[in-house]
Order: sequence, then structure tokens, then C-alpha cells
Amino acid sequence: MNGAHDMGGGHGFGPVVPEVREPTFHAEWERRVFALTMAAGRPGKWNIDMGRFARENRPPADYLNESYYEIWLAGLETLLAERGLVSADEIVAGHPLGEPKRVDGILRQGDVETLLYRGRPTERPVSDPARFRIGDRIRTKNIHPTTHTRLPRYVRGRAGIIESLHGCHVFPDTNALGQGENPQWLYTVRFNARDLWGPDADPNLSVSVDAWEPYLEPAEQVP
Amino acid sequence: MPNPERPHDPERKHAQSQLSQMELRVRALESVLTQKGYIEPAALDLLIETYEKKIGPHNGARVVAKAWVDEEFKQRLLAEPTPAIASLGYAGFQGEHMVVVENTPQLHNMVVCTLCSCYPWAVLGLPPVWYKSAPYRSRAVVDPRGVLRDFGVELPADTEFRVWDSTSEVRYLVLPARPLGTDGWSEERLASIVTRDCMIGTGLPTLPDGESR
Repeated sequence: MNGAHDMGGGHGFGPVVPEVREPTFHAEWERRVFALTMAAGRPGKWNIDMGRFARENRPPADYLNESYYEIWLAGLETLLAERGLVSADEIVAGHPLGEPKRVDGILRQGDVETLLYRGRPTERPVSDPARFRIGDRIRTKNIHPTTHTRLPRYVRGRAGIIESLHGCHVFPDTNALGQGENPQWLYTVRFNARDLWGPDADPNLSVSVDAWEPYLEPAEQVP
Repeated sequence: MPNPERPHDPERKHAQSQLSQMELRVRALESVLTQKGYIEPAALDLLIETYEKKIGPHNGARVVAKAWVDEEFKQRLLAEPTPAIASLGYAGFQGEHMVVVENTPQLHNMVVCTLCSCYPWAVLGLPPVWYKSAPYRSRAVVDPRGVLRDFGVELPADTEFRVWDSTSEVRYLVLPARPLGTDGWSEERLASIVTRDCMIGTGLPTLPDGESR
């Protein structure tokens, strides 16, 4: 979706201001929101792409006004409500208002280390050969889905070069919709800054994104 | 922490006025989830402790320091980063598919996630606020040189810049160049000058004040 989360190339946000000796969290509720999001995701009632969509699918003014962990909290509440696990009324009440649903695979303390060490790899076995090779000239598609995608606006419809291949990975665009992992070849695609930002861009700058094969088509033949 | 230089910083607003409101809302949610049996609070405590104490930039610093002293490891790190990093004990969540990009005197790499906050947790821990903020996410892909200036670093005009936007589950780690004047340093001492920012590409390793070159 073309939401406020898609920030590449935006103007007017001011300088980057690093914080000296920044702590991991700035408030107790941030600690809990982080851990609640991690733990509640464990039973697999949603996947990482559904989680990202729940966070980015907000009115742009809200997205820009909310702090990072407030967006996480709102996303988590959305995911829980959509699945009938926790209602808004229950959060107001602070206790359950009905019988819980059956949820398997709750994260236990004894599982935490294994979960973190194994992670959740997204590479899948290769079925079809890759359409592109390193060095191929491609053009990204000019697409504007209202659903989740990982092709940022600033690289849509742009010419670039295949820099590397990463095997086949879960395709976020279908995975976020519950339409399956649908693994696709994943490439790093490199763009010259001038092809993204015009003739005034830094000639010594290139930018790359990771792009799944459905985002790409061969570049036009140069006569 | 609230940022006094950005009056509209959302982090500032919550630190000031909505703190208790947020605490209450989060406590209520945790209470409902616990009573329904969907979470185990002790697991949450361990998750928090792990990312506050165990997993952080000191992990990545060890990877970089080893690459600086061990050429064979460095080549493996660049060619097969995920297993090379795992050989030092760092693996898993948000580090499942690693790519390591090397800075040289001619080339500077910078890592960003313009769409959210993708970051190599396994080697750097959780991202700092600025990495997740609109100023960084909007500007890194257009003006990385200017972003670097915000961090007090100026590179020669002819330095080539490469910016890596983390749009997939691939996670990027910058391998900074080893600074001059560190000959003979132990791996541990080298690791002490490898900051988080060096490994994102918003800083360079520097010798502590008074350190002779």
C-alpha cells in the first residue's frame, strides 16, 4: 500500500538526531509491547507480513504522529481483534469478557532461547529456474497495490541491474493476504541514484533494494 | 529519550504526556492475554532481558574484530556470511539471511529500511530510535552523505556511496575498514572501537582520545 510508512525520498523530516548512550527501551510499556508482540506471534495466528501490514495500514497522520512502539501496540491490537482473540472492550475492561479460544504453541520461557537462535528463515526450496542473472538489466514494475508489498515507491518503474540472487523466499505480497508463501526468486537490484532522483543526484551514489521476481521485468532492448 | 531538537518528535510526546496512559493500556492488554492463556509472562521477561543484556552491538563488534585480524575468516564472512557469523555463536531471529558489505577507502556502505525498521538483530540487537525515524528512513537513500554529516562524519567528495535498503528478510551488516594505528591490537581491544553506528554505516571506527597513532 502507498502508506506513510513508505518514506524513501521524503522531504521535510529534519535532521537525523542520534541519542547518546541510548537505552534499548525508553519506558516499561515499550519493553512489554516489544515482548508481547514477539510472544503473541508465536502460535502462528498471523505471519510476519500480516504483522507488518497491520502496522503500516494506518491513516498517514496517525502513522507519523505515533511513536514506534505505539504503532506496534496498535498493530498487535488489530491482529488480535481481527482473529477474535482479544476485543477492544476487553482491553478497556482489563480482563476477559468471554471464553478464550483454543490457541496452541504458546511461547513458554523454556522455548525463548531456541526460538531466537533458530529464527524464522524465509528461504524455500527452488522450483523454477531464476528468470534473471547477475548483471541483467531490469525494470521494476509500476505497481500500486492497496495491499502489502515490499517494493518501495521510489524504485517503481525504474531501470536497474541485478546485483545478486538470494534463492527463493516467501513472497510477502501473497503471504500478507493469507494466500500462501508462494516462494519467488529474490534478487538484490542496484540503481544509479540519477535513475531514481534525476540529474542533480550524487553521481557517486547507488541504492539497492531486495526485490522478488514478480516485481521485475526485463529492461527495454536498447537498439 | 525525548528529543529536544525535534519538537514534533512522537517519542517526545509519549515520554511526556501519554506515559501513564500507555502503561495502563499495555498492562490491560497483557492482563487479558495472560488470563486467556495466550502468553506466559515469564517468557516476556526473558525476551526483554535477552535483548537488553545479551544481544547487542557487542556481538557484531566481535564479528568485525575477528575479520580484521583473520583474513581467512573475513573471506568466509563476505562469501558465506550467515554460517560465518553463526560460527561465533550469533544466529537466528532477524539474522537468518545475512549479507556483509565491506567499506574501503573508496567505498562507503550504509544500511536502511525505508519501509519499516528491518535491522540485523542477531548481531546488533534492537535498532535505535533514529534508525526507525522518518528523518533517517526518508533521507538515507537520497542523501547518505548528508546523513553521515548529521553524525559528524565527512567523507571526501569522490567517495562512492552504496545504500542498502532492507526490503526483504536479508539483513545487512557493514564491515568497516580497520583504522590506522591499530597494528598489534588484540581482537578484544579492536572490538572495543567498533560501534553500532560503524556497522550500520553512519559512523567510522575511531581511536579513543589520546591514543597514539
